[in-house]
Amino acid sequence: MAVIEAKDLTKRFGEFTAVDGISFEVAPGESFGLLGPNGAGKSTTMRMIGGTGLRTSGSLSVLGMDPERQGPEVRASLGVVPQSDNLDTELLVRDNLIVYGRYFGLPMREVKAKTETLLEFAQLVEKANAKVDDLSGGMKRRLTIARALINDPSIILLDEPTTGLDPQARHILWDRLFRLKEQGVTLVVTTHFMDEAEQLCDRLVVMDQGRIVAEGSPAALIRQYSTREVTELRFGASRNEALLAELASLAVRAEALPDRVLLYSDDGEALLEEVNRRGLHPLTSLVRRSSLEDVFLRLTGRSLIE
Amino acid sequence: MRAALSGLSSGRSWAVVERALRAIGRMNWLVILTGFFEPVLYLLAMGLGMGGMIGSIPGPDGRPMSYAAYIAPALMASSAMNGALIDSTFNVFFKIRFSKLYETMLSTSLGPADVAIGEIVMALLRGALYALGFLGVMGTMGLVTSWWALAMIPVALLIAFGFAALGMATTSFMRTFQQLDLVFLVMLPMFLLSSTLFPITVFPPVVQWLIMALPLWHGIELMRQLSVGILTPMTFVHVGYFVVLGVVGAIAVTLRLRKLFLR
Amino acid sequence: MKALKPRRFGWWYVAEWRLRGMRSYRWTILLMTLGNPVLYLAAMGIGLGALVRVDVAGVSYLHFVAPALLVSTTVAEGFNEASWPVMSGFRWQKFYLGMSATPLAPVQLAMGESVAVSLRLWVQSFTFWLIGLAFGAFDGLVSILIVPIAVGAAMATHAVVMAYVATIDNDVVMTFMYRMIMMPMFLFAGTFYPLETMPVFLQWIGWISPMWHGSQLARVVAIGLPEPGWLIACHVGFLAVWTIGGLLWARRTFTKRVVV
Repeated sequence: MAVIEAKDLTKRFGEFTAVDGISFEVAPGESFGLLGPNGAGKSTTMRMIGGTGLRTSGSLSVLGMDPERQGPEVRASLGVVPQSDNLDTELLVRDNLIVYGRYFGLPMREVKAKTETLLEFAQLVEKANAKVDDLSGGMKRRLTIARALINDPSIILLDEPTTGLDPQARHILWDRLFRLKEQGVTLVVTTHFMDEAEQLCDRLVVMDQGRIVAEGSPAALIRQYSTREVTELRFGASRNEALLAELASLAVRAEALPDRVLLYSDDGEALLEEVNRRGLHPLTSLVRRSSLEDVFLRLTGRSLIE
Repeated sequence: MRAALSGLSSGRSWAVVERALRAIGRMNWLVILTGFFEPVLYLLAMGLGMGGMIGSIPGPDGRPMSYAAYIAPALMASSAMNGALIDSTFNVFFKIRFSKLYETMLSTSLGPADVAIGEIVMALLRGALYALGFLGVMGTMGLVTSWWALAMIPVALLIAFGFAALGMATTSFMRTFQQLDLVFLVMLPMFLLSSTLFPITVFPPVVQWLIMALPLWHGIELMRQLSVGILTPMTFVHVGYFVVLGVVGAIAVTLRLRKLFLR
Repeated sequence: MKALKPRRFGWWYVAEWRLRGMRSYRWTILLMTLGNPVLYLAAMGIGLGALVRVDVAGVSYLHFVAPALLVSTTVAEGFNEASWPVMSGFRWQKFYLGMSATPLAPVQLAMGESVAVSLRLWVQSFTFWLIGLAFGAFDGLVSILIVPIAVGAAMATHAVVMAYVATIDNDVVMTFMYRMIMMPMFLFAGTFYPLETMPVFLQWIGWISPMWHGSQLARVVAIGLPEPGWLIACHVGFLAVWTIGGLLWARRTFTKRVVV
């Protein structure tokens, strides 16, 4: 039984179609990703799942309920981590958790106990009586996530959980999310970071302009839409385009970006040797494993982060 | 109505009030306090400053009353209107667009109706506090002459409720801050013309009819009658006006809630 | 060399930007510019005036209150323009922080604000004067001198408020300013009645308000209020000190805010 089931889900804002007839299912305990560039319709989809965005057409069921008609009931089992921290700046750190728990109608005693556990989970015990404005970006994010856990949700919606955080803070966060996953919580994550999707998601859909363009596990997607390795070459802005035809003949597939050329093959080092042997000496070169970034580029012809 | 209400409430408005009380405890008491001073300042300035130049003025029963006693009940009604309208328009709009407070609340099992009701209850609580304080000031200055004046407190709440419902319904149609300025453009003329500072009989009959169609005039006349304990058939018209305004406004808000809080 | 023009004319570029921004609320401005004079003159001059049957300062109540109404509404708008927009420029929309990345100097941001707002207020107070003429509230063309007086008083207020707002980061303080400074100034600074009718312990509110000094000057030119020469000099001096002091202060506070 899927915990989230969307069919032909569509959202229009006036003339603009933000989500264009998407269908997907999320299984219990699964970690599901929505991947795509800004404006692909990820956040809009998240809002519809929580019942705070109204769909234009299509059907959506969350835990067997319609979030639009039974918003409060659906959200009672949902933990929402929005894209930008919307913490209550008029309240202290601890009060943020307590008040939020009261929104769920939890008894005060239970909320207070739970708050202390969550402060620990979020590594914010020393900051419990601080003002929200005095927290660092990473701390705010952890508080937002801790807050979303106050009602012991069975599904957590995370919208761009680590955007704007430094690498160390991201790793701490990922660690916390892993622990939740181990406890059997279903995670729905949107992101435009490839590494994040690869780290967190069992399965993901790639979205572009409101549509789903591919679906599968990160590894399967890479296998299906890319080669094993990628060779990145820079020849300087004026030559990248000019050399493309010759380079393309050496690789399975070639892609010219404004600043570099990407060559797809199963053996990147061998390809690089061949390029050098032909006297095409690039200014810089890099051989790496294929990533979801390449999948996205292949599917949409555009880079994820522009 | 049933369909319009589905998914809008979990019956937990009290959590919203609780949050507001906690927030006030932290920083907003200053604003709350100054809100109380506003009508008092008007009363002092106009009562003292203008009072000397005007002398007495005929009251609701035709008997002369001091200028301060004349404007005090009117100021109580206007301040109920001010508070309710600002809370239900600017503050609601700001919390939706900028502070994202409602977004936070709506990501919990609270529904839009819980948030709206919580906000209105909070506004009324504050209104009750102001009304009580202002009545105290009036009493101290010797401006009340009847026990009926105690009824001015529930009436202040009725007035506030009517305006809050109206304000929220209006806000549900607003898209930009510029449109919200309209609220001020309506409030100021209502305040200046609705027999707050002088009787409307100075205007030609057409203008008088226009003013009598506006809610604030009814609120002011009602308060003025109560302050001296004169009840006439018009008293019931005034009360009725606000009951209808509140009910119609509340229904409109209910129907527009999705537009107001959900996108 | 590239910075030569911004150095000289930067204040005007800021003013240009600010005036452009006002276009987004031009209908509100228009409605207020036309509506305020009509409303206040009708309510206070005619409505309240009907209750005041005695002459005030030797003239009818309408003639007494109209010049001060013109000054007060202009000063109030100067206050408005110095409060929320300036706070938003630093805090919410952060325009000033964006500008500080250009060759513009912080003092030019403050100057530009002043120039743009004063342009708006010239239009507003001139319109008020025209409508006042139609109401028969002003006699004679010499009363047009109220317009520069009103703008002067408004800019004195604007400069000081702008400088202060640049130091605060809390909208609660702003609400406090409206209710505890703007409002009492409007009510107690001799707009609606001669300051002398107030008990002495309340008169100081007028003495420290640009609104009162402006209103008194306006009454001198409009109804020939007999103020001694030294007092007139006092009024003018007060407004000048506030304007210049406010701008100097704004230079400090804007710089502090922008160059961290």
